[in-house]
Amino acid sequence: MTDVKTIKKTAEEFAKEQKEISISEFFEKNKHLLGFDNPTKALLMTVKEAVDNGLDACEEAGVLPDVNVKIKQTGEDRFRVIVQDNGPGIVKEQIPKIFGKLLYGSKFHRLRQSRGQQGIGISAVVLYSQLTTGLPTKVWSRTDEKKKVHYYELFINTTKNEPEIVKEQTMDDGLERGVKVEIDVVGRYRKTQSVDDYLKQTSVANPFARITYNAPDGTKIIFPRSFDKLPKPPKEMKMHPYGVEFGILQRVLGKTNSKTLQSFLVNEFSSVGAQTAKEICKVAKLDPNAKPTSLDRAGIEKLLNAMQKVKIQRPPLDCLSPIGKEELEKSLKKEYPQAEFITVVEREPEVYRGMPFQIEVGVVYGNVGSNEEPIDVLRIANRVPLLYQAGACSTIESAKDVDWKRYGLQQPKNSLPIGSAILVIHMSSVWVPFVSESKEAIAPYPEIVKEMKLAVQDAARELSRYLSGKRRAGEQKRRIQIFERYAKEVAASLSVLTGEEENIIEKKLLSIIENRNKMKNFEEQETVTIPVAEANSKTNPKERRKEKSLEEFREE
Amino acid sequence: MKEVRKKLENLGKEVLQDIEKGENPNIEIPIRALSNVVFDKKTGQLKLGSKTAKRFYFNVAHSKKFMQTLMVGAFCKQLINENIHASIRDMYYNLKRTFPDSNENTIDEQSESDPLIVDIEVAIDVLREQLHLTTDRKGIVSGNVIIEDRGDRIDWSKLGSGGWSIPSTVDEIDFKKVDADFVLCVEKNAGFERLHEDKFWQKQKCVLIGTGGQPTRGTRLLIQRLNNEFKLPVYVFCDSDSFGFYIYSVIKSGSISLAHVSDRIATPEAKYIGLTISDIFAYDLKKATIKAREVDIKRAKELLEYEWFSRNPKWKKEIQLMIDKGVKAEIEALSHRGLKFMSEVYLPDKLKKGDFLD
Repeated sequence: MTDVKTIKKTAEEFAKEQKEISISEFFEKNKHLLGFDNPTKALLMTVKEAVDNGLDACEEAGVLPDVNVKIKQTGEDRFRVIVQDNGPGIVKEQIPKIFGKLLYGSKFHRLRQSRGQQGIGISAVVLYSQLTTGLPTKVWSRTDEKKKVHYYELFINTTKNEPEIVKEQTMDDGLERGVKVEIDVVGRYRKTQSVDDYLKQTSVANPFARITYNAPDGTKIIFPRSFDKLPKPPKEMKMHPYGVEFGILQRVLGKTNSKTLQSFLVNEFSSVGAQTAKEICKVAKLDPNAKPTSLDRAGIEKLLNAMQKVKIQRPPLDCLSPIGKEELEKSLKKEYPQAEFITVVEREPEVYRGMPFQIEVGVVYGNVGSNEEPIDVLRIANRVPLLYQAGACSTIESAKDVDWKRYGLQQPKNSLPIGSAILVIHMSSVWVPFVSESKEAIAPYPEIVKEMKLAVQDAARELSRYLSGKRRAGEQKRRIQIFERYAKEVAASLSVLTGEEENIIEKKLLSIIENRNKMKNFEEQETVTIPVAEANSKTNPKERRKEKSLEEFREE
Repeated sequence: MKEVRKKLENLGKEVLQDIEKGENPNIEIPIRALSNVVFDKKTGQLKLGSKTAKRFYFNVAHSKKFMQTLMVGAFCKQLINENIHASIRDMYYNLKRTFPDSNENTIDEQSESDPLIVDIEVAIDVLREQLHLTTDRKGIVSGNVIIEDRGDRIDWSKLGSGGWSIPSTVDEIDFKKVDADFVLCVEKNAGFERLHEDKFWQKQKCVLIGTGGQPTRGTRLLIQRLNNEFKLPVYVFCDSDSFGFYIYSVIKSGSISLAHVSDRIATPEAKYIGLTISDIFAYDLKKATIKAREVDIKRAKELLEYEWFSRNPKWKKEIQLMIDKGVKAEIEALSHRGLKFMSEVYLPDKLKKGDFLD
């Protein structure tokens, strides 16, 4: 029991200390939630957010992306990141909000496949930049060659979560069209599991993009396009009743223009027609003609339950934009020209919690890493490579779950298989369930893991077919070698036995060996005839034992 | 000899025909295994059945053996052509060589080439001796017998402390004088020495043969000739265990691995004189027994499954006795009763009683 007298603060005193926390302030204290937990990751996040935005913008505007990334080291732990795209640009008024306000964006309130989905990314980078360097972010934007370039230098006001414009200017040139950002950050550059890998994998996942990269060490890498066509733009999708949660339903009910519950269901949700709407109302024991705003807590609960119970068609699948089998294959061939074998599997779209998703898997085999190390897994979500938190990701979980021994690769228990191979897993969805806001790993929903595993198995089957073919070819070569090696002795012996000339016999033998069809037939016969060695020791273990013991009685 | 050469040539010609037709060249060889051995009740001999296996050139599992078989065939043809003989070890060394650009040998061990000779024997139905191949001598013989071998007269009674080594080919030996009532085959050379020193063959008027374990084909043929040509009964004297019993059965009926030549080297009339398990008890040798090992018991059980043992209730009883008592005894165990017990008491006693197993 607490003694009343020991209470030092009163509720009133507490109230004085309690105040609203702005989103910006929250993230200022929780940088790791956005992926800025260490300098290496911070540099990667800076590049990634800018590049993702550029690619999204180009794709939406129907422009083949041409993205330029430049990283300059400006101090021991200071880097200047410059990213420029050839997209549609941003209209003047929007520039400060997009860069200077967290949770501002076009992508959060719609269900449509895109790289960004929350509207945090680039503004988080701006925030990180100002926190670590105190420097403003510079933005250039031009929407048309005939229009002027808008230039801004800005910060984020963390208490208000509003942009703080330092400089604003209009220029005549400096940019043809698109957006260019220049951000200074504290970071660390390393070759692996960072910017270089991210750009290489981005190029794999976006075959239609051309990426030019100037690394801090001065090297320049160009990732060319492997495909000259943009993917079909994904359609926007309405929510499917199966994926809805209470809060969302409550919010949509409050906002809707629909006059009745029935029309609300039809208008706001996908795959719901009048019949289904009526059915939902019936199960919920609600009046289909009731005003949507009239529903109380209990009513919303009833409606939500009914929506999950009634059988509803799956959502439309044209909201997805997979990389494509042909595209991914070409892309992998471009990126790994030394590989022995490449295969790509594209699964049919599936649905988890009312969200359509689609899995694509590629396998690259041979000359792409050590034969004694675990294979590499490229994890990609909506064309964005995931580089961290592999252990928490459903891609890795599903890859480990496959029995690779069946497909010709070694596999330690509960691990990825061993071999010179790269496994690419791409999930496209209108809403990828990431395990955290930093979007590093796909949450292992059972439906997703299952579908990924099936896709990996499909691809592994192709790989195993290739490997067994390769093995067979090796065996055939070995067979031929054996026959060729013995030909001379066989011919010499036959010559002694028959009087025929040795050379002639040998030539005849070699000509049979050269006849591949014949050799193939002979090989097939091998499996049906019992070799003499086998015939002499019986397959019946009892008999075999008998004969084995008789060997002790061996005679001369 | 011409016939043997012809058979070798035909073996080669058949393979050559396969090659000319573009078929998979092969040699057909009867299977030499228990599964293809039958016991002919009429003759009391083991016979090879009709099962054959083909040895193919274009089959990785066969290819090397196929080549080796032809090499052995060609080697033998050359021996016949030149009318010289070679030991099977000579042949092994002659045929062993390394393939160019590899570390593989045509033949690695003699144990690889030896069975190939038998393969050719069964494939073209000839005998090793006819292929001009010889083996090491192992058996020894003594007795009141005079023979002629390659022009030399040899008296088996005048060989001092030793006996005459039986060659691998005894076909061409001429018997000039045979003064004996029976043939005694002793499994062990030690047993032979003991009996020879005791002048057993003189006292009992017999031909004494030491087989030195499993008898060679030459020894077996000699036993058969003495039995066939001079109507001498043949008694086999072995250790009282499954190995000894099997040696007896090889002399009498032929062996599983050489079933194809049984009729040419087996002596169906041979009888087993001892040592039996019953003898251990009858002649008070219990103190001189050895505990049977697991493999002895296992083999004894296998012998029980062989028709040529199981058809005789007495044999069945002996083998069963060995299994039940779990004992065995060497012929030397008889020395437990005195060094001359074997030659002066045991064997004469058995002969007198006619206590044989058939």
